[in-house]
This record gives sequence, C-alpha cells and structure tokens, in this order.
Amino acid sequence: MLTEPNALRKADALPPPVTYGDHKAQPVRKTRNTKVTPEATAKRMAWVVQVYAVRDNKDRKAFAELFGYFAPRVKSFLMKSGASPDLAEECTQEVMATLWNKAHMFDPTKASVSTWIFTIARNRKIDILRKQRRPEPEDLPWGPEAEPDQVEAMGLQQETEQLGQALATLPAEQRKLIERAYFGELTHSQIAAETGLPLGTIKSRIRLALDRLRHAMK
Amino acid sequence: MMNDMKQIKHHLTEPLLMGYAAGTLPEAFNLVVATHISMCDSCRAALAEYDAVGGEVMLDSEPVDVAEDALAATLAMIDGGLPAEKPMPARAKDTVFPGPLQDYVNGDLDSLKWRKVGGGVSQLVLKTSKDASVRLLRIPAGTAVPDHGHRGTELTLVLQGAFTDEEDRFGAGDVEVANEDLHHTPVAEKGVDCICLAATDAPLLFNGLVPRIAQKFIGI
Repeated sequence: MLTEPNALRKADALPPPVTYGDHKAQPVRKTRNTKVTPEATAKRMAWVVQVYAVRDNKDRKAFAELFGYFAPRVKSFLMKSGASPDLAEECTQEVMATLWNKAHMFDPTKASVSTWIFTIARNRKIDILRKQRRPEPEDLPWGPEAEPDQVEAMGLQQETEQLGQALATLPAEQRKLIERAYFGELTHSQIAAETGLPLGTIKSRIRLALDRLRHAMK
Repeated sequence: MMNDMKQIKHHLTEPLLMGYAAGTLPEAFNLVVATHISMCDSCRAALAEYDAVGGEVMLDSEPVDVAEDALAATLAMIDGGLPAEKPMPARAKDTVFPGPLQDYVNGDLDSLKWRKVGGGVSQLVLKTSKDASVRLLRIPAGTAVPDHGHRGTELTLVLQGAFTDEEDRFGAGDVEVANEDLHHTPVAEKGVDCICLAATDAPLLFNGLVPRIAQKFIGI
C-alpha cells in the first residue's frame, strides 16, 4: 500500500501497471490507442512515492530527486512565461519549498506530480509576475479523507502519461500553439480565434481524469 | 451550492478553461471561472484536464539549469520556516455567493452597498486588477437590463434567479459568454431577483443616448 512509503520506494517493486484487477469496471481504457510503457508509469509512481516520503518522513533524499527533475523545468516554464532568470530562480525555489510544505495535500488519484507542481508554479507566476490574486474554486465536500486508492492512483498516473504522449505526438505547429497558450503568449480571445489549436483533439483523444473525478464525486 | 448543478446548461468555453489553467486570464475572469466551477462538476473535471495539459507542457519544456546552491538554498528556506500563508477567512454555506466570491464581497446580499444604475438595476463593482472588471448585478424580477453590445468579452454568471435574452434562458450556475457579435437585452424572470456576476474586458456599449450618458457616470 502507498500508506507505507518505503514499500514502493523502488520503481521496479511496482506491480505491472496494466493489472487493474477488474477490467469490467474500466471499459473506457480498452479503447485507448496510445501505448504507455510500464516504465513511464513506474516513473510517475516513483514521483508519487517521493512526495509521500517527503510528507511522511521529511525525506531529503527523495526531495532532492524531485528537485533535480522538476526545478529546472519549473524554472524553464517561469522564464518562458516572462520571468527574468533571477526571478525565475527565486520563484522556482519557492515553488519547490511549497511542495515540501504542502506534500500532505497531494492526492495521486486527482493529479500527477507533474500536474500538481505545475499548479503551484502557475499560482506563483500569477502572484509574482502578474501581481494578482488567484480566485480558487470551492473545495468539494469530499467527506472523510480516505487514503488514496493505489489502483486508482496508478490509473491516473497512466492517463496523465498518455496525455503527455498525445501532446508530444501532435503536429509541431499545434503543439507550439498549446505551449504558447500556457506560456501566456496567447490571450483567451486569441485562443478562441485560433482555429489551429487542437482543443477538440485534446478533448476527444484524451479523456483524462474525467471518469475518475466523476466517480470520486458521487 | 451543489444543488443546482444538474440543471446547469451553459458552461465555460474551452478557451476560458484553458486560460484559467494557464493562469493567463484577467483576475476578473478568473473570479467568474472559479465561481462557476464551484457550482459545476463537469467544468471542474474539464479544468483538471487542462491543468494536466499544463503539467505536461511544463515537463516537456527545455530544462534550464538552476543555481548551483539552489537545492541547499531551498532546504535552508524550508528549515527557516516559510512565511505563513494568510489563513483564508471561513466561508459561509447559506449564501448565494460561492466560496471564491465570498473572498471578494463583504457580507451577504442585503448587507452589501449596492448602487442603483437605473431601471431598478443595482450593481456592486468588485476590486480586481485593471485589465478587466467584474461586478455583481441585482436585477429585480421581471426587469430588463438596457440593450447593450460588447467591445470585448462579457461573462455573465447567474447566482440566483434567472434571465432570458435573445439567446436563451440562463438559470443559477449558467454562464453566458458574449462577444462583440452579441447585442442582447437580458430580462430577469419573474419570481426572485436575478443576481449575476458579470465580468468584461472592455466597456459595454449601450444602445441609446440616455444609457450612454449614464454609462459615463456609473462606469458600467
């Protein structure tokens, strides 16, 4: 179980990610045509385990590994969003420190570690670069916090990997448009007017998290 | 707050969801988006997708070297204790204002300092960044808002009651996304007052001289 961080410390200790137990409960996945390797999912699950190690044991080694992988990408995102190198460096360190502090709020059945860190970085960007408040939606009344289910968590990690692969295999021009939208080079009206933006493609090819979220909200 | 969600018919557009996930919308629009998502499960799920897209875009961006002592500096920051985040004020449950909106208004419907804008309609402008504006509108049941067009984008989210315009009927939780092609005259339904949260990134254009003069003074 993921409640014991050490049990999943090594990626190769993971069970094969394609094992869902009950295939009938997961009919949507059978229609997917993007292949996701077990290694790619294992890598994402390893990040989850590292966040858990930070949360439960204040594990500096696990944090250093997350830092080594994510900090240069957070910095890149912030610089592409318009931050100077110095400001991006400072914000990146704050984002990673926030990861440490908010590790208890991470839920791998609702987000991949990459998604979660992105949202922290994005909020920091709005705060620092745009100097605005960020209104956040009301939290859902989830009821008593159950320990996230591992099969569900793995399914979500896998779907996010699938999303990443689908993005990576978009035609270069379309991918560029998506990136520009996230780096703030397109306003929402430009996004709306941009016929080359593959929003429909994203929606139809990847039904990421929808079923899970709906399931979780029942 | 969740009671009406099954009846929501008019949702956020994909560009708005993407812009909210990317963090590139004006604060006024973010407030409308966050408030609608608080009332709408399907848009909440769609937002999770766009957040995930952002995460993948970030993962794929060319890594940029961080400072040599970045990890040590971050650990020192952690050891020193991060500045405590401002605790969010407790959010009320029995109000027409979903959580994100409560952070911008002081009180409930009847305790707010509404300003009359003519025709029985009242408004309350909320404080956000200047790149767009957002206001609460209180339209008495059965009343029309003057016919107006838009230069930019106008988002109107119904919090209570309902209005009907040339496009459709909009009830609690519904959001109308209007652009410069739409000239409309929203009419509040009979029954309860219609309370809306309306954001625009350009001044509205009223048809008719009197509203246009009034506009100068009231800043719609």
